[in-house]
Formats: sequence, structure tokens, C-alpha cells
Amino acid sequence: MNGTVISVRNLVKKFGDFVANDNLSFEVYSGEIFGFLGANGAGKTTALRILSGLSSPTSGEVRVAGYDARKEPEKIKKNIGYMCQKFSLYEDLTVKENIMLYGGIYGMSLPLIKKRTAELMGKLNFSEYVNKLISDLPLGLKQKLAFSVAILHEPKTVFLDEPTGGVDPVTRRQFWEMIYEAASGGITVFVTTHYMDEAEYCDRISIMNEGRIVALDSPANLKKQYNVDTIEEVFIKIARPVMTKT
Amino acid sequence: MKRFLGFVKKEFLHIFRDPRTLILLFGIPAVQILLFGFVVSQDIRNAGVAFLDMSKDEVTQKLTNKIISSGFFRQTEDLLTYNDIDRVLKKGKTRAVIVYDENFGKNLREEGKASMSIIADGSEPNTATLVTNYIMAITTDFNREIAGSTEGSGSLINPEVRMFYNPELKGHFMFVPGVITLILILICALMTSVTITREKEFGTMEVLLVSPLKPIQIILGKVMPYFILSLINVIVILILSWFVFGLPVKGSIILLLAESMLYILMSLSLGILISTASKTMQQAIFISLIGLMLPTILLSGFIFPVENMPAVYRWLCTIIPPRYFIIIIKNIMIKGTGFLYVWKETLVLIVMTMIFIGLSVRNFKIRLE
Repeated sequence: MNGTVISVRNLVKKFGDFVANDNLSFEVYSGEIFGFLGANGAGKTTALRILSGLSSPTSGEVRVAGYDARKEPEKIKKNIGYMCQKFSLYEDLTVKENIMLYGGIYGMSLPLIKKRTAELMGKLNFSEYVNKLISDLPLGLKQKLAFSVAILHEPKTVFLDEPTGGVDPVTRRQFWEMIYEAASGGITVFVTTHYMDEAEYCDRISIMNEGRIVALDSPANLKKQYNVDTIEEVFIKIARPVMTKT
Repeated sequence: MKRFLGFVKKEFLHIFRDPRTLILLFGIPAVQILLFGFVVSQDIRNAGVAFLDMSKDEVTQKLTNKIISSGFFRQTEDLLTYNDIDRVLKKGKTRAVIVYDENFGKNLREEGKASMSIIADGSEPNTATLVTNYIMAITTDFNREIAGSTEGSGSLINPEVRMFYNPELKGHFMFVPGVITLILILICALMTSVTITREKEFGTMEVLLVSPLKPIQIILGKVMPYFILSLINVIVILILSWFVFGLPVKGSIILLLAESMLYILMSLSLGILISTASKTMQQAIFISLIGLMLPTILLSGFIFPVENMPAVYRWLCTIIPPRYFIIIIKNIMIKGTGFLYVWKETLVLIVMTMIFIGLSVRNFKIRLE
């Protein structure tokens, strides 16, 4: 397990007769930004739910942060961070209250939460917003805050489920800078995305199609292998079924 | 535990920060109690009656006096002919006309019977029914008085009927238990289903599920504040009905609160069940309002007595949880009976609660998979 944070071997997940994840195997290494790509319905979400301890695999071995996803999902939950498309902060609570809430849920002590909050506010130039309601913040700030809250308890791995949906390109760019910073701090980032330009920012990407991983390598290698200039073209070549967003 | 408390605190913040929730929680119950108590109250007071006395003797005079002095009626007119009846009812101030036939007193003395008619304004059926019932009751009472005094032998059966439980037949006595029943199920089921579906809709539920909080903690944390606030609501309503309507709790208050807690728990689990079945807040609100409010008002015995319903509806009533709570709360509040008289209904509520919790857990698991 040297440097391996997530290891998946022959993961199969079935819902009745439908096979959502068909024999997935991959590894994610410490400090890596791992892009998880696939069209809608390709099985990304199912895999993500298993990795984050929400649902149990039908067969196969899944280890996250050193724990077995089937036997110890609770331990996995304590050691990961999670941020979904909808930013998941409470709009009617203030910035501070949201931080306190999530800090508390992850079992952080009060002094620790306070210390981290102060650091965070300084880093994000957020001090003036501490007592503002989330609903009063611009979208970009919400998103940054949501990411910061997701890694407040310093998890080894953070799962981002389409974190940049509906955000303008500039804010997306800034958001990716935050991801890089977190990764350079040793946090492994597992990110699903629809945006093919974002895939280029990842260290390695996997592309899923109809429940299977059909490609897994660094963006540069994949482009070379398929002899194209962008990941988007790679994607279109492999995942033929309906692509709505690019 | 600390995790859990932080989560509960957040739930309270949601409630206190949303004026609409606060109004729903505390404004509506108070308004409903007052509205139902004063406006919809079913007793009659100073209803106008007119008399057409064709006999004009001592007996009719006595009966007329008795009716007017009962406090329920006031005399509007003294009529002379049958033709006046239509006119006086059409004016709208008179609810009923009482007609004594000719030789009323003489017939009563000599033949032992006399006839009178009550002609009520049927355009308002409820009032008409009430008015005629009241007049008939007074007449029956009067009959008994005469029988007692003329025969005087004592051999005549002269049963004295008193109204138990609600001696003055006050309407609010029926409404307070009904309103408590309605409000509790509405607040608990509606609020929990909305608050849980809100988390689903905003995507925060996903984050909570991925967090170290256990699903059971999430659900408990979400319903706990509503449990506490609903209980406070019960106490507020009881105090309100005591001070405003002079309605005390005859039975044990502890028992009443314990039964209320059970009913709140039942409503909360129903709310959770609704939330597992609905994807959006609108859906949850719709199910709660249509699926709970209407049946509670119509089929629980709150307004319409279950005994008078057709068999199909009576059968339907047996699966409506508020039906049982109304029986319990009326027994404790108005009759002052103890647990022995309501244990069956209590048992039904417990079983229903368990079924709802069981179904919610099952649905919740399916959704997680």
C-alpha cells in the first residue's frame, strides 16, 4: 500500500440485473489529482458512492485511506472530505456557523475549529464575510468556501463530485488553483467532471463508459495514444454514447 | 454525541431564522384555537325565535317563558296568523317559529296531549338543526315538569337528565382536542417531511450522509427540535384554552402530555415516511396537506361524528391515526378518565408508529442503495 490511497480491485456493483460498475480496477496515489470522467449514466456516481462509504460493493475489494469499504465504511467517512455539485453549505446559516457545523460533525475540537477558521479566513481574505449568511455570498466565494470546509478536518482524500458545475471560467480557474494547493499539501483529490478542459489539469484520468473503465493514464499519454490534441477528442473517440456537455 | 448536538443546534437555527417556519409553528396554532373556538363554535346564543300562539293560555305562556329564559333564544316577534311565518323567517333575524295549536292548554289538561310545531329556517341547516333540538329539549323538560306537578303521585317516572362532560353544551370543548390533534399532525409531519426533503433538494443531505454522522443521527437530529417545539405547542394550546375558554384538563396532565408525546412521535415518523417518498419540498407539502389535513379534519371525528358516517367511511376512519388521538385526548381532557379507558387507542397509536418507522427505515435503505 505504499503511497496508495485508494485501491479498487474487480469492483462490481449490480442493481438487480443492471450492472452499474463492471469489474473496475484502479489505484489512486497519495497527493495525486485523479480525474474521473464519463458520460451521464456511465457509472461514475455509483463508484463514487462506494468509494465514499455510502453504498457497499456487490463484489470486489475496495480500500480507501487504508480501510475496507465493505467492512469499515464508517472509518472511511471520517478520513475523507466530500463536496458535491450543489456546494452543500446551508444558505440560511452564516459562514462561521457552517464551519462550526461541519467541524463539529467531523469531531474537531472547538479550539481547533477556531484556529482553522482564522487561518482560512486569512487565506481567503474572507474576514469581512465571517458573519454573513451564505445566501449573501457570490457563487464563486460559496464554492471556494465549500471546498475549504470539505478539507477543514484535513482528510487524506477529498472527493469532488462535479465541483465546478454552473460556474464561470474565471472562477473555475481559481477553484483549480485551490485544488492544486490542496494536492501540493498532500491531500489526494478525486474529482469527477464534465468539463474536458479540466481533465487536462489532472495528473491522471480514467474514462468510464457503460460501467467500465475504458482508459486510464495521464492526459498527455492518452492524447499521444489516440493521436489527438485534446482530451475532448479522446473522450469522443472512446465514449461514443450521447455526450451533452463538453 | 457532540457531533449530534452541533447538528441539532443547526436545525434550531434553521427554524428560528425562517419567519415562515416560525409562523407555521407558533402563529397558526394560536390563531386556529381562537378561530375554531370563537367563530366555528357550534352552540347557539340569542337565536331569534318568534311565537304564534293560537291558544294564549297559561300553559303556552309558561312554555314560551321557559324557552326565552333558557338563554339560548330571544323573542323577535309575536305573530298573529300563519301568513306571518313566511314573512318573519324571510327577514332573516328569526331562526325558528314556534306554533302552539288552539286549545293547547285545554287539550293538555283534558286529553293529556297537545300539539305544537317548530318551523325552522332550513337555509342554514346546521343552525336549524341545533335550534330545533334545543327547543325540543326544552319542551321535553317542560313536559316533565307539568307531568310532575299535575299528577303529583310520585309514581310517574320522572328521569332527570343532565348533560355530563359538557353541561352547557359548549362547542369549544369539542374543538380544543380537535385543534390540538390537527395542529400536531400537521406541524410534525409537514415540517419534518419538508425539512428532510429540503436537505435532499439542496444537496446537503448527500454531504451529511458521507460525513461520519450515522443516518439515524441525521434523522433524529432533524426531528428532535420539532419534537420539543411541538410539545411546547401542546402546552401553549392547553394554557390558551384554559384562560380563554375556561377549559381545564380534567384528567391527569402527565398522562395527557405522555399521550401527546406518543402522538407527536407518530406524526414525526409519518413525516419521515413522507420525506422518503418525496423528491421535492413541493411534493412533501402536497402529500402532507392533502393526505393528512383533509382526512384529519373530515374523518377523525374532529368536526363530523364518526358514528353518523356511512359504513365505508367509518371503516376508513379506523386507519386514520388522529381518530385515536382525538378519543384519547377527549377522554382525558373532558371526561377526566385514566389510562385504563384509553389503553386500546394508545396501543393502536404505538403500533402505527412502529409501522411508520419500519417503513421509513426500509425506504431509506432502498434509497441509499
